[in-house]
Amino acid sequence: MTSIAARVADFTGGLCTFEVDARTVRSLLRELEARFPGLGEHVEQEMSLAIDGEIFQDALGAEIGAESEIVLIPKIAGG
Amino acid sequence: MSDGNQGGINLKVVGSRPVRPDGVDKVTGRAQFGADFHLPGMLTGRIKRSPHAHARILKIDASAALALPGVKAVVTSSDFASDATGEIEAGEGHAAIQEIAANCLAKGRVLYQGHAVAAVAATQPEIADEALELIEVTYEVLPHVIDVEAAMAADAPVLHEDMFTKGVTPKPAHASNVAAKHVMGRGDVAAAFNAADLIVEGRYETAAVHQGYIEPHACVASWGADGQSTIWCSSQGQFVIRAMVAKILNMPLSDIKVIPAEIGGGFGGKTTVYLEPVALALSRKCGRPVKIVMSREEVFLASGPTSGAVIDVRLAVRKDGRITGAELTLKYQAGAFQGSPVNLGLMTAFACYDVEALALTGYDVVSNRPKVAAYRAPGAPMAAFAVESAIDDLATRLGMDPIDLRILNAVRDGAKTVYGATVKHAALVETLEAIKASPHYQAPVAKGCARGVAAGFWFNVGGESSAAVHVDEDGGVTVVSSNPDIGGSRASMAMMAAETLGLPIERVRCTVADTTSIGYSGVTGGSRVTFATGMAVVEAAQKVVADLKRRAAATWECDVAMVEWKDGAATCTDPSKDVKPLSIKALAGKSAKTGGPIAAEVSLNAQGAAAGYGVHVCDLQIDAETGRSMVTRYTAAQDVGRAIHPAYVEGQLQGGAAQGIGWALNEEYVYGKSGLLENAGFLDYRMPVASDLPMIDTILVEAKPNPRHPYGAKGVGEVPIVPPLAAVGNAVSRIVGRRMSSLPLSPAKVLAAMGK
Amino acid sequence: MSRTVVNAMVNGEPVEFLAGGGQSLLDALRDELRLTGSKEGCGTGDCGACSVIVDGRLVCACLMLAPEAEGKRIETIEGLADNGHLHPLQHQFLEQAALQCGFCTPGLLMAAKALLDRNPDPTESEVRYWLAGNICRCTGYDKVVRAVMDAAADLRQSERPR
Repeated sequence: MTSIAARVADFTGGLCTFEVDARTVRSLLRELEARFPGLGEHVEQEMSLAIDGEIFQDALGAEIGAESEIVLIPKIAGG
Repeated sequence: MSDGNQGGINLKVVGSRPVRPDGVDKVTGRAQFGADFHLPGMLTGRIKRSPHAHARILKIDASAALALPGVKAVVTSSDFASDATGEIEAGEGHAAIQEIAANCLAKGRVLYQGHAVAAVAATQPEIADEALELIEVTYEVLPHVIDVEAAMAADAPVLHEDMFTKGVTPKPAHASNVAAKHVMGRGDVAAAFNAADLIVEGRYETAAVHQGYIEPHACVASWGADGQSTIWCSSQGQFVIRAMVAKILNMPLSDIKVIPAEIGGGFGGKTTVYLEPVALALSRKCGRPVKIVMSREEVFLASGPTSGAVIDVRLAVRKDGRITGAELTLKYQAGAFQGSPVNLGLMTAFACYDVEALALTGYDVVSNRPKVAAYRAPGAPMAAFAVESAIDDLATRLGMDPIDLRILNAVRDGAKTVYGATVKHAALVETLEAIKASPHYQAPVAKGCARGVAAGFWFNVGGESSAAVHVDEDGGVTVVSSNPDIGGSRASMAMMAAETLGLPIERVRCTVADTTSIGYSGVTGGSRVTFATGMAVVEAAQKVVADLKRRAAATWECDVAMVEWKDGAATCTDPSKDVKPLSIKALAGKSAKTGGPIAAEVSLNAQGAAAGYGVHVCDLQIDAETGRSMVTRYTAAQDVGRAIHPAYVEGQLQGGAAQGIGWALNEEYVYGKSGLLENAGFLDYRMPVASDLPMIDTILVEAKPNPRHPYGAKGVGEVPIVPPLAAVGNAVSRIVGRRMSSLPLSPAKVLAAMGK
Repeated sequence: MSRTVVNAMVNGEPVEFLAGGGQSLLDALRDELRLTGSKEGCGTGDCGACSVIVDGRLVCACLMLAPEAEGKRIETIEGLADNGHLHPLQHQFLEQAALQCGFCTPGLLMAAKALLDRNPDPTESEVRYWLAGNICRCTGYDKVVRAVMDAAADLRQSERPR
């Protein structure tokens, strides 16, 4: 798991890349919240993620593989 | 493969150019826009606005206004819920509800000229105007700051005492105007620059520009004695308006019905509230409907715009033209509250190119300007202006064709973006090749003219949408959409339903429903409606087809697997049955006897939106005496997946190009020394008019339909505003003979650069 | 606030309304006569969304005072179609997708009609300069100009002696 969003570093104390054990986005968020209080909720509210290169927004049920690469990214909207 | 004509073969309706279902209303003046509603007993609301760029509000005395006969209510920020919390999906991202509320009615301080302070409702417009004058506001004027780099300076006046730059570890000791620092990157940038044969660098500036929709914000709000309320307004999303108003006024969502009016342009600028909570608060106070319509001056002063920016870019390049590394720093104006689209600028800046090492830094900076709102591909055009200008410089230095240079560096499927997505279904190379082969690019540049090219990228999004398909008793169909139709989406929704149902387009109509009549949907924005709401329409139509087949099977007493749906009728493939096809009309006429009304509603959260790429080429000439640039020929090519209604897709390309040309050549927010806007009107804020532009040729590249959409659609609305800034800038720079790096390229600037 | 009675012909029908001294014709059309097809985009005569034809002349209704309409013949978008039959301009705007949001469309149509009333065969350049007072933010004008040129051709065709 990596993040390109500056605010994530605020929660992780500067850590940008780390391993997380999770099989769905829901369990990923739970894991993030447990390790870095506030981060799970922040990601759920304000961020999207790319799982192995595909962007997911608000998709708690999306599955994560054992070797999946996840990138936390700012939520994308538009005009 | 389920029901419907998926896969793109033998499409009958998709790809044709029917007249839009709402067309006649819009050419006869019957379409009802935001300001066109009228209710019995309706009052006129007006808003008292700050004359200062920055001031503390010491006192608001409305007693004289309230004493004026005909004045029914006055509201200030104290009429909003003080405990409203949470984040709301808005425009280019989430916005804290307290900040949205404080932008609608100032709390304690005014942060820009035109910032709303109080509002009044009266029986006549003239009385409301007079009452505004009678509301007495006592200010303590504070020092102001307008420009982004000045706002970042250590000694700048600070707008928010509690703003400590996010994204900086450890947390800064002092409050500042830098709301956040964003960093993204990958690879070894230092090594790329050490190994580079060539380094190209530049510093670029763009001005704040307004979305420029012709319809000013307008709404009517009516509060019922039991709290149930109705709002008629022009917006890009009735559900988002409802959510914001409910939070600001602390009301349950189900007590607010938002009826979407026709919308007279938005371009992102109508994805938030300015008037609606104010009008409803006024109505709540006096029990009568209240209408508020902004003047054009108010639109400029207090809505939109998008960020002006200062950008530094550096490219590390091998001598064969391959870009191996890049550094980029974006400083974006957020306006008075945090939330510029700077992170989207970072994510999109190099999205067209496969660059191994990237170091990207962005600053979200507040200053005494109106809070920015989303504007078509928020954040992307400014970053692309810098990057595409630098690539043009590179082409010149290498003596390479600018298209070939871009093809060499272009992303292809499988490439990794800096933000983590893998490039899929991308037709950037095909789009570059289409421009290269176009009659425009093949033609020599006319004498006295110069040519500029540039590329652009936008993500496009999916998200939450709902749609219903109702089969009428005579076999006609009504599609109920959840998204305001801002540029012909009723047509594309009806077309996708017609295609799936096998009906001629004339048998399918489309309506846009209010918040009580269809499931939730996000805004009409992010180039998402044809993709996401379209997906909901197709899935609902597929459900209807499945239902129709089931009813046909029951009628014929055969297995439903033996029923096919084709050309609007069920046919039986069971050779033992000698039956004639059953049309939708026949099935609908008997619906009562086969299970009741035939209808389906689908709500979904669409994933799998595919990004889009655009490439524009611009020829222009400059009047040597006045310095005025005239675009003489323009072509826009775009990776569109598959165009559902090609004429409206072309229209998106043409309109986006025209807005981008305005951004490049004329448009800007001009501030005086006192921090006041000097050009808050169409005369002085000069948007392109018909005589400023040539025809805008379009090339729809359909090489890579999006397989995640039933008919291959990609979002198309935002991409076309990304390339024009640099396409125009590159042409102007070629004539002037040096890099023009500060937008707009106004006649005065051009003359100065030409040494006149 | 004293008001005066104004009598005028609007879209071929006699109308009578009360107008305030400072009220614009646009406000009178929209608020008194409920003809809301004419739009207000700026109120300063810059955008053309309120274009109407008064005694054969194209004007911005936001710049004309309502009492000045006394005795005048006023054409608005609501009168452009003839008994439910679309004018060739309206027809071409629909066929060519010359509108997106549709807000500037009534003004553009009235301005284009005023042009074709005096010049049945305008060049592209004449169309562009004539319509320069009507801002459209959605279309980039390409399809608008084509629709006006084609409507002009349609009108010439229909008026040619047989």
